[in-house]
Amino acid sequence: MYGHSMSVPLTLLGLLERAPSHGYDLKRDYDAVFGRGKPLPFGQVYATLGRLARDGKVVISDVEPGDGPERKRYIITELGATEVETWLTDPVEPEPHLQTVLFTKVVLALMLDRPAAHYLDTQRAAHLKRMRELTEIKRSGSLVDALLADHGLFHLEADLRWIELTAARLDALAREVRR
Amino acid sequence: MTDTAIIEARDVVLSFGQTPALRGADVAVNAGEILAVMGPSGSGKSTLLHCLAGILLPDSGEIHFAGRRLDSMGEAERSTLRRDRFGFVFQFGQLVPELTAEENVALPLLLGGTRRAEALKQARTWFGRLGLDGLEQRRSGELSGGQAQRVALARGLVNRPEILFADEPTGSLDSLTGEQVMDLMVTVAREQGTTVVLVTHEPRVAAYADREVIVRDGRVHSLAAEGIGAERIGAERIGAERTGS
Repeated sequence: MYGHSMSVPLTLLGLLERAPSHGYDLKRDYDAVFGRGKPLPFGQVYATLGRLARDGKVVISDVEPGDGPERKRYIITELGATEVETWLTDPVEPEPHLQTVLFTKVVLALMLDRPAAHYLDTQRAAHLKRMRELTEIKRSGSLVDALLADHGLFHLEADLRWIELTAARLDALAREVRR
Repeated sequence: MTDTAIIEARDVVLSFGQTPALRGADVAVNAGEILAVMGPSGSGKSTLLHCLAGILLPDSGEIHFAGRRLDSMGEAERSTLRRDRFGFVFQFGQLVPELTAEENVALPLLLGGTRRAEALKQARTWFGRLGLDGLEQRRSGELSGGQAQRVALARGLVNRPEILFADEPTGSLDSLTGEQVMDLMVTVAREQGTTVVLVTHEPRVAAYADREVIVRDGRVHSLAAEGIGAERIGAERIGAERTGS
């Protein structure tokens, strides 16, 4: 998923807007919905919460002496809530991927007179294999799983359309890049 | 290679007038397999499906079904085969508008000689299964596109066919409805052990299949058979590194 690392602090803030929480519970909630097999390390959770506190986006309450840092309860501030609101409202930067690896490989293959069509077929098979995996996740998982799988499926489908179009244009492309 | 194939096309050639549609198509489908036949418009993928199903006869080449030459059977025998052992779902459900939904589903059974009461009883069991409860008496004009296509799916499966031929079964549906139809098709096919030949140009539909082949210029390209299946990519990379290319 793009923007994954950048969105962690904002996602944690968003979860805190729902309700104040301890670091442990926050991590558990994050992993359950957003982690997807990549759970957040505790260190990252506490480091992020520390930065959010420093920047005035959360405040800490209910520190119970002697119980260690996990007993801190984090509450979102007005500044933090505004940041979540802004992030949710602003559209995500569309990623036009004008310099993708696939594009580079095709053009280079044509320049070097290598079998670009074969490379595209290989890529098509890899894409379809991944789409089958995501479809299986979608069929066997929850609606949230399906939501995420669909995001992947639509992006892979867009790639495949590009692959089909490119495959159909290879001869003309070859003439152009070999000039 | 074809020991486990239930249906197979060998070097099938077919032209419509001067226009070649299939130019030596080979494909083998294993029993219980869901095969997606992909390819651009006009590539010959629907023609291939029609040849496999015995609807069209090839100019040359062979079609084998369950160990028999389908292309050398007479029309009557092929017709019986289609009715009793094959099921069909097309892009536009093609329900008979004068019949109710349950009569449409029962149609293959009625044509096969099952008594009307028994055929309708069997047909009705499909309505709950496919989320169509309460629609038994509707005519096709009173069904939504997704409902009509699910009725068509039930009709395609009601005689428990060995092979279901599906030609762009979601082509007329929106994404969500199309996926519901695909989900049901795959679930039922797996339960019944039905082999499915699924013609589609949509990758998201093909992703419901076990395997895909691509028809291009009237020939079948099987990615795995050509050594470029996904599982071979890793090996190719290693090979490329070894040769220093």
